[in-house]
Amino acid sequence: MSIQATLEKINASALKTDVPRMEIGDTVSVHCRIVEGNKERIQVFTGVLIARAGRGINEMLTVRRIVEEMGVERIFPINSPKIAQYEVVRRGQANRAKLYYLRDRAGKSRRIIDRRRKLKHVAGLPLAGQN
Amino acid sequence: MAFMLLGTKVGMTRVYTADGVNLPVTVVRVGPCVVTQIRTVEKDGYSAVQLGFGDIKARNSTQPEIGHDAKAGSAPKRYHREFRCTPEEASKYTLGQVLTVKDLEGTKFVDVIGRTKGKGFQGVMKRWHFKGMFASHGTERKHRSPGSIGSLCSNRGFGGGLKKGKKMAGHMGDVRCTCRSIELVRIDAENGLALIKGTVPGAANGLVQVRHAVRLYRSKAKKAKA
Repeated sequence: MSIQATLEKINASALKTDVPRMEIGDTVSVHCRIVEGNKERIQVFTGVLIARAGRGINEMLTVRRIVEEMGVERIFPINSPKIAQYEVVRRGQANRAKLYYLRDRAGKSRRIIDRRRKLKHVAGLPLAGQN
Repeated sequence: MAFMLLGTKVGMTRVYTADGVNLPVTVVRVGPCVVTQIRTVEKDGYSAVQLGFGDIKARNSTQPEIGHDAKAGSAPKRYHREFRCTPEEASKYTLGQVLTVKDLEGTKFVDVIGRTKGKGFQGVMKRWHFKGMFASHGTERKHRSPGSIGSLCSNRGFGGGLKKGKKMAGHMGDVRCTCRSIELVRIDAENGLALIKGTVPGAANGLVQVRHAVRLYRSKAKKAKA
């Protein structure tokens, strides 16, 4: 068996099957399991998916959100057991595979067009219809 | 010495433990190894077990080796390696016995021996981690050079010669290397694979020897006992 096939066979059982379809530009919620002492709780990190890197078990998501006018990016391994769930909050339209340009943007130019409604949404502000 | 098996390096991947810790692992295809000879004190002066591993076409092997393997009732093998053991232990093995990765079950730490990737002729910065020289401040054309290599009295007394073993540029890699006391993360008996934490010397498809850890740190020894 080839090297690649062998490694994929080993990883097959660790790959998650319940990951929703997430595309670059989407706003996603990542539910992380956080263990404090004996207790476990879920922390949700919501932001724009600006990059996906790697494949198979090595795949990573880069999620960017704005906290108090400060950009925060977290990189999550998709298949980590420490992540309980993924949720797509909003579909965004992106014209590139990596949205690193968002790092240089502030204010209105940070908006990403909503794929369904063609509306613009500013990352970090409440979603339309929620407030 | 300790129980040993032969295998080939497959490649690296990652494994998540039950509590979500991400471990880098090297996948090694271990065995099946055939016991091709049992060395005894009476005949050979030491006791050990010789293993054969990896198939080879008879026309690529040699007559003496084909005969040697045939004595153990085995097809020609590409690699032969021995591990030392006490006469009592050696007597437990029989000629032609097949050892697989299952025999590593219950082992927590292993030593892995391989041949490192050859790097060719390298300078002192890469080969010995010298710091090199300044990038500027008047340094010209010798940013990566070793600097002074000693004077007449370089701790050898008189005579002007350099001390042997002085670290200099030269051939790097392609040497035997032992990685001691590495954690054995998992065994996949079905496919004959062992997952070993971290890196293992050598290139993919290269021969590696996986043996029970010979020496353990105190903390690891505790873990191994538990």
